[in-house]
Amino acid sequence: MMGGRRVSLDWIGAVPFLVYVAVFLFLPTVIIAAGAFAGANGLTLSNFANLSRPYIVTATVNSLILSAVTAVAGAVLGALLAYAIATGNPRGVFRRVVTSACGVLAQFGGVTLAFAFIATIGPAGFIYVWMLQHHLDFYSGGVWLYDLRGLELVYLYFQIPLMVLVFLPAVDGIRPQWREATQSLGGSTWDYWRHIAGPLLAPAFLGSTLLLFANALSAYATAAALINQGGPILPLQISNAITSEVGLHEPGFAKAQAVVLIVIVAIVTALYALLQRRTARWLQ
Amino acid sequence: MTAAAGTGGRTGVEVRLEDLRRRYAGVTALDGLNLTMAPGELVALLGPSGCGKTTALRLLAGLEEADGGRVVIAGEDVTNVPANKREIGMVFQAYSLFPHMTAMQNVEFGMQLHDVGAAERRKRAGDMLELVGLSAHVHKYANQLSGGQQQRVALARALAIEPKVLLLDEPLSALDARVRARLRDEIRRVQLEVGTTTLFVTHDQEEALAIADRVGVMNAGRIEQLGPPTTIYSRPATPFVAEFVGLTNRLAGTVKGGEVEVRGTRLPLVKPDTADGPAIALVRPEAVTMAADGDIIPGPMVGTVIATVFLGATSRVTVDLGDITVLAQLPTSDATSLTAGTRVRLAMRRDPVLIARDEKASTEA
Repeated sequence: MMGGRRVSLDWIGAVPFLVYVAVFLFLPTVIIAAGAFAGANGLTLSNFANLSRPYIVTATVNSLILSAVTAVAGAVLGALLAYAIATGNPRGVFRRVVTSACGVLAQFGGVTLAFAFIATIGPAGFIYVWMLQHHLDFYSGGVWLYDLRGLELVYLYFQIPLMVLVFLPAVDGIRPQWREATQSLGGSTWDYWRHIAGPLLAPAFLGSTLLLFANALSAYATAAALINQGGPILPLQISNAITSEVGLHEPGFAKAQAVVLIVIVAIVTALYALLQRRTARWLQ
Repeated sequence: MTAAAGTGGRTGVEVRLEDLRRRYAGVTALDGLNLTMAPGELVALLGPSGCGKTTALRLLAGLEEADGGRVVIAGEDVTNVPANKREIGMVFQAYSLFPHMTAMQNVEFGMQLHDVGAAERRKRAGDMLELVGLSAHVHKYANQLSGGQQQRVALARALAIEPKVLLLDEPLSALDARVRARLRDEIRRVQLEVGTTTLFVTHDQEEALAIADRVGVMNAGRIEQLGPPTTIYSRPATPFVAEFVGLTNRLAGTVKGGEVEVRGTRLPLVKPDTADGPAIALVRPEAVTMAADGDIIPGPMVGTVIATVFLGATSRVTVDLGDITVLAQLPTSDATSLTAGTRVRLAMRRDPVLIARDEKASTEA
């Protein structure tokens, strides 16, 4: 009779996913990290030293501001929309339509999204032209669609739906009995939000905001399609450093910038996971 | 000082629901409900799903608005007073504890809203948790407590604010049978100790009959009968009450001259003025006995035992009479020999019976 423990084969189903992650996430990350320390004469820290160049510092700060603004605005607006969905009919048309739309729109970025904005509110867009005919000129101070303010507006187009998708489960976890219990104990609506719903939703809200931050920080295609000149944000600087055919072609430097992004996104994602764990404990 | 004394030993107040009406999208949930609860009394509202019992409770709590009628607590009309000003403690079906607070914090919360000082709050919360037997669990969160413990904390939380009225909305329905019976007795003990007027809503007849001073059996938005549990069970006022509370044999018969003849036996009627004609007599299993002479000659009450269920002092015997199955509840000493297949002859005690018309005869729970 054979002895010993039977080896579980449950993990076999996850192999395709693990291979995919290894090839398209782990391996590129290792290559980028290694490349960031590689110079013409072997190992070097010069690529990281170059991160202090003024235009890189500016791009980094811009990226952080863009990510923070769109994360906070997207989180607030998305949370309001999620709350409206959660308090409506759970099998209603509104919920089905909005959640389905959010599922699509959260992934709707890149050239298509940039063109949608250019065609509607761009300087030749039909909405802008129509408003101009009615003496309403929102570009009177200059065309802002192609700078950071424009990016903020366009990013919100996918940030709000993403917030709805990641925050809705938490709002759904809030039980109506908690509000009624607060009422019967003598509490007002303000008391309920201050002592019960607020603290319960705070970790999920903060976690979702961090996810939106990471999402905006790493977004590239939309910005690339909308902004042709310069590199006001870090992903565009990375692109410039890789693809430039003139003096700025610095693949090692691009990798050092990418490492900065990877580290920030990794930290933010870890915080998100921690907060989600707390949310799951309270709002199952 | 005992925990109960620590709760203040409040006496209850009178509660009146007067002609309460409520409709939801064309469906009548409450159709002129009237109920007066004496100070300190525990009244159970019992009825099937959709009968309006929870609506009555929610209108009393102020969680919903009535379309008509009045809610009067301690002589004060509170019909238009918001829920958070009514001084009502409420225990929900389940999952009502605030999950980010410990048991102690949950119980303290209501007092915190009433600006009770921290030291007093902690003392009273401790007393209340002691009262419900949870002194050892004060620092646990809801997800660290069993279902029964959570409901005890919810009870302590509701009572900690010293409410005028305590409302219990099917508080035991999510618990398993053993915990349910124990907690039911616990709730009654606590309610008697604090003396708060209490409305208990349930669809479980055993629960209602065991816990309440009076039971109101509800049907279609109205109370069909309100009375002590023994009266509800032994003298049901309507066929609905007779059939909803306890087991009932539905036996086809004929009403004639203020009596009903069922399978060769004439039984008196609860309502002797019932019109003559075919009818269904509602006969309790306790009113079905073994015939004294024991002769097994073919007849309308002779049949074969299908099953005997031991219930303790009594046993429930199911007898197939050929065209119908009848339940008899007998002393266990009389039922021990009645194994499946035994031929028996049944008789019926001449207790007054209710009549239900126009439905098929059967045995129903």
